[in-house]
Amino acid sequence: MNWLAERLAAFGRSGLDVIASLGRSGRFLAGALGGVPKPSVGFPLLLKQLYSVGVLSLAIIVVSGLFIGMVLGLQGYTILSDYGSEAAIGQMIALTLVRELGPVVTALLFAGRAGSALTAEIGLMKTTEQLSSMEMMGVDPLRRVIAPRLWAGFISVPILAAVFSVVGIWGGMLVGVEWLGVFEGSFWGNMQSSVSFASDVMNGVIKSIVFGFVCTWIAVYQGYDCVPTSAGISSATTKTVVYSSLAVLGLDFVLTAVMFGDF
Amino acid sequence: MAQRTTEVIVGLFMIAGIAALMFLALQVSGLTPKAPESSYTLYANFNDAGGLTPRAKVSMAGVTVGKIREISLNRETYQARVVIDVNASVDNIPADSSAVIRTSGLLGEQYIDISVGGDMESLKDGDTFYSTQSAMNLERLISNFASGQSQ
Amino acid sequence: MDASPYIELRDVVFTRGNRRIFDGVSLDIPRGRITAIMGPSGTGKTTLLRLIGGQLKPDSGTITVAGENVPQLRRKALYRLREKMGMLFQSGALFTDLSVFENVAFPLRVHTALPEDMIRDIVLMKLEAVGLRGARDLMPAELSGGMTRRVALARSIALDPELIMYDEPFAGQDPIAMGVLVKLIRDLNSSMGLTSVLVSHDVPESLSICHYACIVADGQIIGDGTPEELRAHPSDRVQQFLRGHPDGPVPFHYPAAEAGQDWGLSGRERR
Repeated sequence: MNWLAERLAAFGRSGLDVIASLGRSGRFLAGALGGVPKPSVGFPLLLKQLYSVGVLSLAIIVVSGLFIGMVLGLQGYTILSDYGSEAAIGQMIALTLVRELGPVVTALLFAGRAGSALTAEIGLMKTTEQLSSMEMMGVDPLRRVIAPRLWAGFISVPILAAVFSVVGIWGGMLVGVEWLGVFEGSFWGNMQSSVSFASDVMNGVIKSIVFGFVCTWIAVYQGYDCVPTSAGISSATTKTVVYSSLAVLGLDFVLTAVMFGDF
Repeated sequence: MAQRTTEVIVGLFMIAGIAALMFLALQVSGLTPKAPESSYTLYANFNDAGGLTPRAKVSMAGVTVGKIREISLNRETYQARVVIDVNASVDNIPADSSAVIRTSGLLGEQYIDISVGGDMESLKDGDTFYSTQSAMNLERLISNFASGQSQ
Repeated sequence: MDASPYIELRDVVFTRGNRRIFDGVSLDIPRGRITAIMGPSGTGKTTLLRLIGGQLKPDSGTITVAGENVPQLRRKALYRLREKMGMLFQSGALFTDLSVFENVAFPLRVHTALPEDMIRDIVLMKLEAVGLRGARDLMPAELSGGMTRRVALARSIALDPELIMYDEPFAGQDPIAMGVLVKLIRDLNSSMGLTSVLVSHDVPESLSICHYACIVADGQIIGDGTPEELRAHPSDRVQQFLRGHPDGPVPFHYPAAEAGQDWGLSGRERR
């Protein structure tokens, strides 16, 4: 009986811990995005982060996009040629990339490439007391260190996702049109008649904005909240990748249901 | 790295993002940058609109000349009433032309093809197609054929 | 000079988790003097500095710095107060992505609107004060431990604060670096009239430079006074700490069960 009561209490405590952690992360976000910095101070900081978070992620995005597009081209051709409708390959590739794979794969790659780096960097700054010393110098690290990284993530992910989709479509065209001989006119024509800008492209962009927001938030918060030891940083980095991936896949289902579901 | 170099590289990154979005808009979804071409409205009544959807294309001799704006049920005649926007540049559709629902390929989407008539008069804004041909319903054709009925 | 204490702690209680770190600590830190806070490791000396700096809030009690009650300050007022404080962290806490020059320039760039050539002059002056003017273009990773602390010291005095807090400045330093730091702390105090708080467990170095010292153990202040007064303090615990005896009122053994039980020799086990 006693054992059961203890188990229940422990379960309740861990539940409260999760809720408290959510609350902390919300306060953290509000603290970081609350103030509007002077443009002369904030802009160079944002620029630096855009470079390290966005530009440096471009290579992996382009290469992955190209391969995913080429695979889609090959697989799509094999399946569609059974029904004699290889011409629909452009439509299939474009819809898959623009609606789903572009935002989702970009967010997953971003969490692995930039998110983990953000967590480790901020965690190390915390461990080496850089954040504390900044606070003692009368500078709020939430605004100085965290805010530019958050904004850089929010801006970068939609851009990366758009680049991913475009490169993927190009890769699909390379395989479908150049190698497998689908007529180029019907490749583009089918694509254009079935992809709508307002519902497909824009919904993909909205998805990538949401994913970018969530991934960056998780990454930066995990770094800021980590236990300041080397083991703490390593577990925070792992959490960043795991939580981001789960959040992206879960949110993708919810967003898809809202955007494309018929209700 | 020098501030200037970072600025330029990040600028290029942003431009790449915007260019990618433009490509998705123009090349992939076929959104035309020019202002929506002025058009006039024609109506067509079908016994069976089949799988016709709004935004589907309307073509003449295989060339797209407009799109479907709206499909609704006419409560008096129990027919499908289709509102068609035809590009203003195509202003000489003979009045006795007929609107035919066709399917692109065996399983593709449905669209309206205008088969050209020979009248000297042209259809004006607000006119209705005199003759129409409904969607070919493959299932019904097969079942009719199997039971030996003919239409 | 104003005779009132610069920092006043009254009945400060602070707990972390289930552990009570301070249990009613009261302490006055005089203006313009060097005060050493000493005590065994793990007694929360660094916590005391964080309480003074407003990074932690006490459960009860008041902490007054320069006439302001720190725990009750609003965010803005707290950040303004912190501009008057400098803190030297144990690890130095230099920003690893900035050069030595930029590290020292950081507080100036954030808090002042000085023109670039003026900032340059001030930074070089501060670096000269710690003897590292020649190291301005190095990155923090290229510095030795002692140099890191000196750069961090230059950074903490960049804004000419009224108060400077040193967190374990001597820990892990070789004798020369330690001698340099002792000299710097003393010079800064005498030349700039800084109120200095020094947290350390290095007894001889601390007693050699401080004007006033107190010893913290078990959440209480167990002894305070000038170095001479402390050396003659009647308490056994103070004497044990100052002389470094391994056993005494602070026991050598961590609290444990009767030795007999652990080795299976207790009366009950013996039949």
